[in-house]
Amino acid sequence: MMTDTTLLKDKIIDLYKANREKITLNDPPGLAEIREKSFTDFINLDFPTPRLEAWKNTDIRKILQRDYQILFDPENGTLDLDKIFHCEVPDFDTEIISLYNGWYIYRDKSLTTLPNGTIIGSFAQAMKEYPDLILKHFNQYAKSDLNGLNALNTAYAQDGVFIYVPDGVEAYKTIQMVNILNKEDNLLVQNRNLVIMGKNSKMTLVHCDDSHNFKSSLTNTVTEVYMDEGANLKHYKLQNLNNETSLINSAFFHQEKDSNLATFAISLNGGMIRNDIHVRLNGQQSHADIMGLYLMDKEQHVDNQVHVDHAVPNCTSNELFKGILDDHATAVFNGHILVRKDAQKTNAYQTNRNILLNDKATINTKPFLEIYADDVKCSHGATVGQIDEDALFYIKSRGISEYNARLLLMYAFAAEVINEISIAPLKDRIDDLVKKRLRGELAVCDQCVLHCKNQEKAYEFKIDMSKL
Amino acid sequence: MLNIKNLHVAIEGKEIIRGLNLEVKAGEVHAIMGPNGTGKSTLAAVVAGKEGYDVTQGEVLYHHKDLLEMATEERALEGIFLGFQYPVEIPGVSMTNFMRTALNEQRKYRGLDPIPPGEFLERMEKAKKLVDIHDKLTNRSVNEGFSGGEKKRNEIFQMAMLEPTLAILDETDSGLDIDALKVVAHGVNMLKSKDNATIVITHYQRLLEYIIPDFVHVLFDGKIVKSGGKELAIELEEKGYEWLKAEAV
Repeated sequence: MMTDTTLLKDKIIDLYKANREKITLNDPPGLAEIREKSFTDFINLDFPTPRLEAWKNTDIRKILQRDYQILFDPENGTLDLDKIFHCEVPDFDTEIISLYNGWYIYRDKSLTTLPNGTIIGSFAQAMKEYPDLILKHFNQYAKSDLNGLNALNTAYAQDGVFIYVPDGVEAYKTIQMVNILNKEDNLLVQNRNLVIMGKNSKMTLVHCDDSHNFKSSLTNTVTEVYMDEGANLKHYKLQNLNNETSLINSAFFHQEKDSNLATFAISLNGGMIRNDIHVRLNGQQSHADIMGLYLMDKEQHVDNQVHVDHAVPNCTSNELFKGILDDHATAVFNGHILVRKDAQKTNAYQTNRNILLNDKATINTKPFLEIYADDVKCSHGATVGQIDEDALFYIKSRGISEYNARLLLMYAFAAEVINEISIAPLKDRIDDLVKKRLRGELAVCDQCVLHCKNQEKAYEFKIDMSKL
Repeated sequence: MLNIKNLHVAIEGKEIIRGLNLEVKAGEVHAIMGPNGTGKSTLAAVVAGKEGYDVTQGEVLYHHKDLLEMATEERALEGIFLGFQYPVEIPGVSMTNFMRTALNEQRKYRGLDPIPPGEFLERMEKAKKLVDIHDKLTNRSVNEGFSGGEKKRNEIFQMAMLEPTLAILDETDSGLDIDALKVVAHGVNMLKSKDNATIVITHYQRLLEYIIPDFVHVLFDGKIVKSGGKELAIELEEKGYEWLKAEAV
């Protein structure tokens, strides 16, 4: 098989050189060095291939053989913003920030300070207005020198979402980031998001990727989250991409003392989804819940890579990932728990459970516990199974059809993750999405948490019950 | 109502039921007794439609329809209910949702609209009272974390909700203390009418002190070797099953 990705690599290198002025336009002093280093890192590291352990079961070379367009300027013209923003979100009061093809959508201002001091808006604008904050945190948590794609994102980082929650502030509304893809050409989008949470601050963040056409775009997004002492974050990552679209989503959470993170990766739609979730527990008594749910069919592929770094003593982490796979869908789960030498009294748990609905679907699941401390509690477990036949018979014996019995059981399987969602309206919505996804009733708008009413392009995402 | 003629059933080539005949009419309570491993639970499973059993000979008619041609859920919709010996735990499926789904499937089958919420709640309350089940159980996932007695009461609760025409209670008394046994028996007795029938499968005579059968059948080696009235159960309790072995040969 031809797997030449040098064409795209050369194009990216040439475009970087040609557009250096535009890319560095808003850079505070000192940022250029980070960019240049990351650019060199990208050239040396190249795109990841299955030769790398972390990419063994996700071969993106085919995706990288396509030609992509890269936008160095925002273009808001082609989108009817009203269609996106006139949305009803009953019982779910959110502050919506949107990216269009990777660029922040300017409505009133590119950077808004809410009454409680929270700053939300464009990463590009934040580079101009808050250079100190940017320099202090940008690329401090992402591992740009380890992964070519992260290095590429850092080199190219022009825009994305910037959020700053001051000390002691509780963001009173859920903040919702929506990244919309809509372009006649195949796009390579590389937004860069930076979230800074002050001491004892609190926030709920919903992060959606959304495609509005059937183009084969590639999104390579990096999100860095800094959580200062006592910060509390609930983070939900969803995607509603067409099955031609590829998403590489890298998130880096850095947690200081007493901080508390709950992050969810809910993967329902999209052709190739890669979630790289890195959590560093850097202060004592910090805790992380890392949850995931994936429902895949057809030729879909999802890869969840979870890295938890217990750097200091007395921290806890809990991972739960569950997936249902049908047709030729493939999934990967790699859970890496690193307990460093000094990280005594660590409690780290990891569970990955899968249901395969036929013998063509594939799951590769691998726990990897690397423990250098001696007084720790760690556990891991992975299961791959089918629908429980005894439970199926029990349900059918009450007059419930085979189809509905399977739906009940699949939903029950997924519910263990959904039930961990603590915000009732969001839980209900995701609950609804999962039910619809299982029934194969998804339309674009149903999938989006925004629930726009005006768009009704039905995609066919269906688990074929007749084959079960 | 139920007519079983010369039924032969095998599991993976091994014949478990060998020529069983049984007729059950509306309004009757039948008890099927016998030692372990004689095919009692197999009979219940075959009537309910569990997979993994080969019917090699004979027929099972239910209201003159061929039951063996029907899917499990269709049998249930036609009014057959199996009270499980080992009720299955189903984490994540709430009792309420389970019962509402089951009832609505039943109503759909009969051409009715989904059950109005008020009516559903009323029915739940009534059924809960009948078997002395608490909200804390019905709010949980199906059988999850239920004690043995709670699971069995939950079976009768479901029976009360679904109002079957023919209920087959497979070893409903196993693992029950005397108080729980009384509650279960009370539930079954209250649900009895001239239009429905019950088959009680049991190992011991004890349950039959509370659920009075019209007929008692002894199943041995895959066949009914003796039938009689309720006094047969008492005789079995006194003499055991050994004397029948001699008769059966």
